[in-house]
Amino acid sequence: MMDGRPSAAVSVPLAGVAARRGRRAWPWLLAAAGLCVLPLVPGLDSNFVRSLVSQMGIAAVFALSFNMLLGQTGLLSFGHAVYFGLGGYVAIHGMRLINAGLPIPIPLVPLFGAAGGLFFGVLIGSVTTKRAGTVFAMITLGLGELVVAASLMLTRFFGGEEGITANRTRAPHLFGLTFASQLEVYYLIAFWAFLSVALMSAFTRTPLGRMCNAVRDNPERAEFVGYNPQRVRLLAFAVSAMFAGVAGGLHAVNYEIVAAEALGAARSGAVLLMAFVGGIGSFFGPILGAMVITWLQVSLSDYTTAWQLYFGILFIIIVLFAPGGLAWLIALHLPLARARMLHTVLPGYLAALAPALVMVLGGSLLLEINYRLATKPELGTRMSLFWVAMDVSRPWPWIAGLAMLAGGFYAFRRSWALVAAGWHAASERMREDGAP
Amino acid sequence: MSPSPALQLQEVHKSFGPTPIIRGVTLDVVAGERHAVIGPNGAGKSTLFNIVSGRFPPTRGTVRLKGTDITGQPPFEINRRGLSRSFQVTNIFPRLSVHENVRCSVLWSLRYRYSLWHRVDRLRDVEDRTERILAQINLSARQDVPAGVLTYAEQRALEIGITIAGGADVILLDEPTAGMSHSETEYAVELIRGLSGGKTLVIVEHDMGVVFNLADRISVLVYGEIIATDTPDRIRANRAVQDAYLGTEHH
Repeated sequence: MMDGRPSAAVSVPLAGVAARRGRRAWPWLLAAAGLCVLPLVPGLDSNFVRSLVSQMGIAAVFALSFNMLLGQTGLLSFGHAVYFGLGGYVAIHGMRLINAGLPIPIPLVPLFGAAGGLFFGVLIGSVTTKRAGTVFAMITLGLGELVVAASLMLTRFFGGEEGITANRTRAPHLFGLTFASQLEVYYLIAFWAFLSVALMSAFTRTPLGRMCNAVRDNPERAEFVGYNPQRVRLLAFAVSAMFAGVAGGLHAVNYEIVAAEALGAARSGAVLLMAFVGGIGSFFGPILGAMVITWLQVSLSDYTTAWQLYFGILFIIIVLFAPGGLAWLIALHLPLARARMLHTVLPGYLAALAPALVMVLGGSLLLEINYRLATKPELGTRMSLFWVAMDVSRPWPWIAGLAMLAGGFYAFRRSWALVAAGWHAASERMREDGAP
Repeated sequence: MSPSPALQLQEVHKSFGPTPIIRGVTLDVVAGERHAVIGPNGAGKSTLFNIVSGRFPPTRGTVRLKGTDITGQPPFEINRRGLSRSFQVTNIFPRLSVHENVRCSVLWSLRYRYSLWHRVDRLRDVEDRTERILAQINLSARQDVPAGVLTYAEQRALEIGITIAGGADVILLDEPTAGMSHSETEYAVELIRGLSGGKTLVIVEHDMGVVFNLADRISVLVYGEIIATDTPDRIRANRAVQDAYLGTEHH
């Protein structure tokens, strides 16, 4: 700890104390109130924001259900979208039945998704959870491919390439809700997302939820205190699949279509990315990751067709330099915030931010030039990047990109000393103040 | 007929491939006694524990727990029938807090099983028993620390705490004082004596001081066979035991 950074181990006991002191209700009430008023706040009352937040809510439920396996039970699934997708398909078929006259209002459609997810979770999980570790991961990968292949063959249920569509407005209208507007859909999704998050949070504090952690840490010892680790894994898998199904059901209501991409490998990869970026070590981390990634998916894809490349780079950076994700970075600063000492580390961060931006700009300039030349050679060498027109047959765009990348990296590397100094000063002062 | 022994091994054999490790062990452990198993390195003591606790099945023979045949049952079934064991190499839940480590082994025995309907920090009985065990193993002050950062001696104490927390009445301790200093060993012996009251205890131990101090009866295991089972005094006087073991290893 020569650089004055606090280690993760120091913050863990504090978290333990807080956990056993019981949780407070006000963050939940605050979140609920926020979800209620958000779409009505001036400036945020557009359909774009409502749709974006709806997608974030769906992604958050999905990412939390994924982390129930990875973070809490220690099971890495490469095919979690299978339960999202199958839940979505069951929900969209439920909606079609409703369209045909089944007297169920649309707000209950996510329960179809839950039932679908749970059913397939128990069915498939009884095979996959026989083993943990690498074997489990490999089986989920294989099963994911299997289900995708099946979805293209069984067109009656999956609708082939086009998928299955339904109409959420042709249904019994409970309290006059027609779900013709994005606002009503937003509230439906917000309600179910909030409920799911609360239930998944409650799950972590049940005997089963605690034993998931025990089986993650040491399955053998769990066996010698009376628990069958396979059973614990299967139950966790089933509950996780059920919530993935809820997310799939919300997806069905939101888009009124479910197609094969809902259960494909890309979505399975995306949820892994969300959980890791947010942080698999904390309960709320994946929510954060789901929000950030969804926002990037929506906004970044407007600016660049190479957005998936940036996702890959982001993923690598997080895994290498902040393996605990965004939640870990925040948790790192909470003791400082409590001691009102954030201002001691801030100058270092600001000093690091400027060269980091230059570095990113240079890197993405080179990346965009190459991407454009490789994917669209017919458009020639003249292009406009970052609002600057340039001709990349000339050397200067390349030189500028390289110079910004290298110079930015050099200055960024030097600025770390300032960051470390800030941390050192903060931890010194906290020790003087008698903080533990 | 006299009450069935707490633990009854009949002609238990275990081979790994062509190599016999346990070669016909027959042993009765009386309910309520403290029974030590001693023997030179490689005699098969840990293997014997692994067979009894269900870590792996014997090649041949039967194991009965309180009269019920448990041969080849998985560990969790055997644990639910009232047998709990500790490990020679500390085997805890490293990322969970000390408190949670103990609580995990309390849950099943208080019938919460795989419950989704209880909030674990609001269960009075679970909390009470966990607190009591933590006090007994002297780790109350450290209960919010992740178990992985405890000192070695503390982890050994936690290992015993996890083993007894489920309330099993047959306890198997595999070298509980291994690697401890003299004072730590003394403390551990008192701890074990206090915790094993009213229970059946089987203990594998290398420290002869601990064995003769603690045990009501001793079995001597040499090359997969029990060559004698008797009281400490008679074991000390036993010629075969002296030849095979005590004479060379006693310190």
